[in-house]
Amino acid sequence: MLVPIEWLKDYTDINVDIKEFCDRMIMSGSNLETCEHFCEEMENVVVGKIEKIEKHPDADKLVVCQINIGKEELVQIVTGAPNVFEGAYVPVALHKSRIPGPLHGKAKEEGGTKITKGKLRGIESFGMLCSAGELGFDDKVVPVAHKDGIWILEEEYPLGQDFAEALGLKQAVVDFEITPNRPDCLSMTGMAREAAATFGEKLVDPDTACVSETGKQAKDFIQVEIKEPELCRRYAARIVTDVKIGQSPWWLQKRLMYAGMRPINNIVDITNFVMLEFGQPIHAFDIRQIEESKIIVECAQEGETFTTLDNTERTLTEDMLLIKDGKKGVAIAGVMGGLNSEIEEDTTTILVESANFNGDSVRATSKKLGLRTEASSRFEKGIDPNLCQAAADRVCRLIEILGCGKVASGTVDVYPKTFEAPTIDVRVERINQVLGIQLSAEDMTKIFESLEMKVQGSGAILKVTPPTIRQDMLTEVDFIEEVARMYGYDNLPVTIPKGNAEAGRSKERSLIDHARDTLCALGLNEAQTYSFVSPKGLDDIRIAEDSWERDFVKILNPLGEENSVMRTILTPNMLEVLGRNYSRNIESVKAFEIGSTFTTNFIKPEDLPDEQTGLAIGIYGKDADFFVLKGTIEELLRNLGIKGISFTAESEYGVYHPGRCARIAVGEEELGIMGEVYPDVADKFGIGTRAYCCELFFDSVIRHANIEKAYEPLPKYPATSRDIALLVDEDLQVGDIEAVIQEEGKAILENVRLFDVYRGKQVEDGKKSVAFALTYRDKNKTLTDEEVTKVHDRVLEALKNKVNAVLREI
Amino acid sequence: MQTQLNQILQEAKEQLEKAQNLAQADEVRVKTLGKKGQLTQILRGMGKLSPEEKKELGQAANKVRNEIETLLEEKMAQVKAAAREAQFKLEKIDVTEPGKDMSLGVKHPITITIEEISQIFMSMGYSIAEGPQVESVFNAFDALNSPPNHPSRDMTDTFYIAKDTVLRPHTSSVQIRTLMSQEPPIKVIAPGRCFRCDTPDATHSPMFHQVEGLIVDEGITMADLKGTLDSMAKQLFGSSTKTKFRPHHFPFTEPSAEMDVSCFKCGGKGCRICKGSGWIEILGCGMVHPNVLAVGGIDTEKYTGFAFGMGVERIAMLKYGVDDIRLFYENDMRFINQFK
Repeated sequence: MLVPIEWLKDYTDINVDIKEFCDRMIMSGSNLETCEHFCEEMENVVVGKIEKIEKHPDADKLVVCQINIGKEELVQIVTGAPNVFEGAYVPVALHKSRIPGPLHGKAKEEGGTKITKGKLRGIESFGMLCSAGELGFDDKVVPVAHKDGIWILEEEYPLGQDFAEALGLKQAVVDFEITPNRPDCLSMTGMAREAAATFGEKLVDPDTACVSETGKQAKDFIQVEIKEPELCRRYAARIVTDVKIGQSPWWLQKRLMYAGMRPINNIVDITNFVMLEFGQPIHAFDIRQIEESKIIVECAQEGETFTTLDNTERTLTEDMLLIKDGKKGVAIAGVMGGLNSEIEEDTTTILVESANFNGDSVRATSKKLGLRTEASSRFEKGIDPNLCQAAADRVCRLIEILGCGKVASGTVDVYPKTFEAPTIDVRVERINQVLGIQLSAEDMTKIFESLEMKVQGSGAILKVTPPTIRQDMLTEVDFIEEVARMYGYDNLPVTIPKGNAEAGRSKERSLIDHARDTLCALGLNEAQTYSFVSPKGLDDIRIAEDSWERDFVKILNPLGEENSVMRTILTPNMLEVLGRNYSRNIESVKAFEIGSTFTTNFIKPEDLPDEQTGLAIGIYGKDADFFVLKGTIEELLRNLGIKGISFTAESEYGVYHPGRCARIAVGEEELGIMGEVYPDVADKFGIGTRAYCCELFFDSVIRHANIEKAYEPLPKYPATSRDIALLVDEDLQVGDIEAVIQEEGKAILENVRLFDVYRGKQVEDGKKSVAFALTYRDKNKTLTDEEVTKVHDRVLEALKNKVNAVLREI
Repeated sequence: MQTQLNQILQEAKEQLEKAQNLAQADEVRVKTLGKKGQLTQILRGMGKLSPEEKKELGQAANKVRNEIETLLEEKMAQVKAAAREAQFKLEKIDVTEPGKDMSLGVKHPITITIEEISQIFMSMGYSIAEGPQVESVFNAFDALNSPPNHPSRDMTDTFYIAKDTVLRPHTSSVQIRTLMSQEPPIKVIAPGRCFRCDTPDATHSPMFHQVEGLIVDEGITMADLKGTLDSMAKQLFGSSTKTKFRPHHFPFTEPSAEMDVSCFKCGGKGCRICKGSGWIEILGCGMVHPNVLAVGGIDTEKYTGFAFGMGVERIAMLKYGVDDIRLFYENDMRFINQFK
């Protein structure tokens, strides 16, 4: 909401400088977006009159003007603007001047643009004639007449006078952010009410009293009928005859421009002015086009077509409210008028509509038609029906002041049910309790009254009636807020809540934090990627068509295909991270992400999707290989207290190298999968080296986790080590050999560790030599050589029988 | 005899003098004091002597032995020291060569910021609460007193999964889950991901993080809200930080406020970070609206509470001077490594 301060002063005194004004308005609840000082950077721009225009000898598109700036000598200025003419009053930026706006077609400069004399195609130009844009006005508020050219003034001003001074341009415009609960503040009078309450000043209502009504009666021109009182709470119509359409005076144009609207003509400008003043949209019809002198407010026929002011034919539905005359539609209620009853140059009698339409209905209509207007957006937010009469009167009064029409007496006002504000019981003690203050009933009453609320009673309970414009004041807590903001949040004490509570977090949260700490300690960096992804990511990683990973939770209104489904796994995102880093020449990466994954809920589709926690790791570069990743996972799982982890070769999972991929499990439960990224997949993601990834189902990991610690006594008796080298078939997995050793040796075997795998000299083709260090220990005694040998021989025997592993000499 | 002893001593002395290493020194020991050494031979030959002679010779021989032993020890020490020195010289390294790569991993700056905020509130007795990212419209809007036509519900603002399911646009939905599942006193914070239909640019991200806070108990006041958040700001941004509460509007709180902190870059004088105002907006907060408490079946006469929500990215950007929110989701390792 743009609030020009000069305009605001019409309704209340503002006796502080602009900074203090803004600061205090902010603290009383009007949030500030910006505060712009118009024409502050304007220097040495004066009013001039074009005395003579000659063609430029060497340029078809340029003319040479002689400008009178009230001095004996004329100033020569070359311009390319097409709209100049002899006798025109124009803004002249002289040599060594400064203009606030950007030069035509250029970007705005901080602190304004300097203008100096120069030569245009060989002819000297001692300054510049300016457009409104160059003087700092936005294109969308500049009158169409001189939008694309030099600003031609409609009135005469003293030649040579400072331009900003002559037109009263230097002023502040404050842009307030109006929250949805305060539609009453979307008006100058609404903001004036806030300002008056903030600064303890009086509020002056706009002048709405016509002094020279003609005696013709409005009711002789028009009858109004509301067929849908739910959708139209009130319809007030006034009549103005002898209308003379023309330009508005500068003061009116200026106010609209500063408030962000383009001046059109006097009648349209007045309706816009009153809308900005009261927040009440006004529409004017040419009464010649209103057939049978009737206005009927009713719903449209299904499929009816109607052409709006913007010359667009629209198809209506039966839930849309239409303003009709005796025969046809003339306006879509609260949205836009019809082309058929538009004000034209020769319009002489107008109907001024000041009506109140149901916000939800206007919103629905506007949304269906894809047509949002200043009027519709105001109705949507809710308007006080008690404004209709004053707003219609104000339009008439302004027409009278401008002398552009004669006002007929009376208003045709259909207002079936007068809207009255509720009276709310407000407890003084409760207010103090919630805010932590000690204010008296009297102080609170003062605050309410400063906001034009009526207060009855003075004891423990105040009966407060807000003005009807304050449709947000419905329950006691709304009044608590009013006291708080007018008393000042700054003035509330600063305390700490009493009462103790013990902080805690869920087991899941603790374990996630623990896992994150562990992985960071292992040298991995944490990544965070979007929860929504492209479904194509799964194609890129060669996930099978019918795989569970494709059970996507889809977003109905995604920003784009690349963010259109919720991720079911983290791997594609991790590969993207690896690819991005690789493309930026980062030598090696070790990264992980812990985050939510989503699949649809099969069991109860009506419930929310299944949200699980996933963990992905991705590495490439120096020291990165399958076993580095495996070791990382093992240490992570160990650190989470998970025992009995198995890695089983997997050759069918598309993401990974068929010979370098393992499923990770505890007992029967799968914890995840890891491997070397399949070459085509790495290519897809732009990873030009071998990369390794894993994805863990962290919820499953959590089920097996146990981070409770318990002390185990240190061994008292010595251990005995035996190293063995075994000759085995190439295909035999180390895991299988280990399993045999564990099983046979379990009575006294403390540990078994692979320390070498050898192929080559002295080992025949199709075989390999694997070497293990076995550690035997008994908790309760020192083992004798015989005892160890007995078990060890049994282990060797089993290795030979079960996996055909033969002892080799080392 | 005595002469012989003196000669042994003299010879040992001379040979030790010449000895270059441990082996040569040991040769002397073997030759004189060893099992078949000169001194041992002499002592063995004493059998034929009278007790008095024995005594005399024994003493003299022991004296010589002691002297040789002392000389030997000295020589050994000397030779060892020389060897050490030679070894050290040989093993000298260039200490300016780089250390082995032992890098710790780094948490994501968003995680670091969430942990920091969480620590502050946990020290004040707040527990961590959680809720799903895909939420019901009821928890995300209806129960939070959001009017049916509130613009934030539009499909241009909030991502929808179905008519009544959204990607939560704020962590405030966790308030509802907490109110429905717990009895007062309630004291929780809820960090998590949120989603809004914003096209990514330097200051907008369709996915971001918030930390929500909620306290509900008897006698909670707006003054308590100010005190709590003021304390949080001082812990997060430094003890000289000042706070300012401005009235604002949120459907789920009333009275509502936005909290500004004094600019920690310029201390309030005005700079680029605070756009010249000296203040930086940090969070939204307010007294929990009675309609919201009522959803959780809480006696709104007996209990009051306050709630707040802050954008984690915004705080991280301010704290670390990150000028583009998209950097958080690019995961460039050079970026992440800066938060070590």
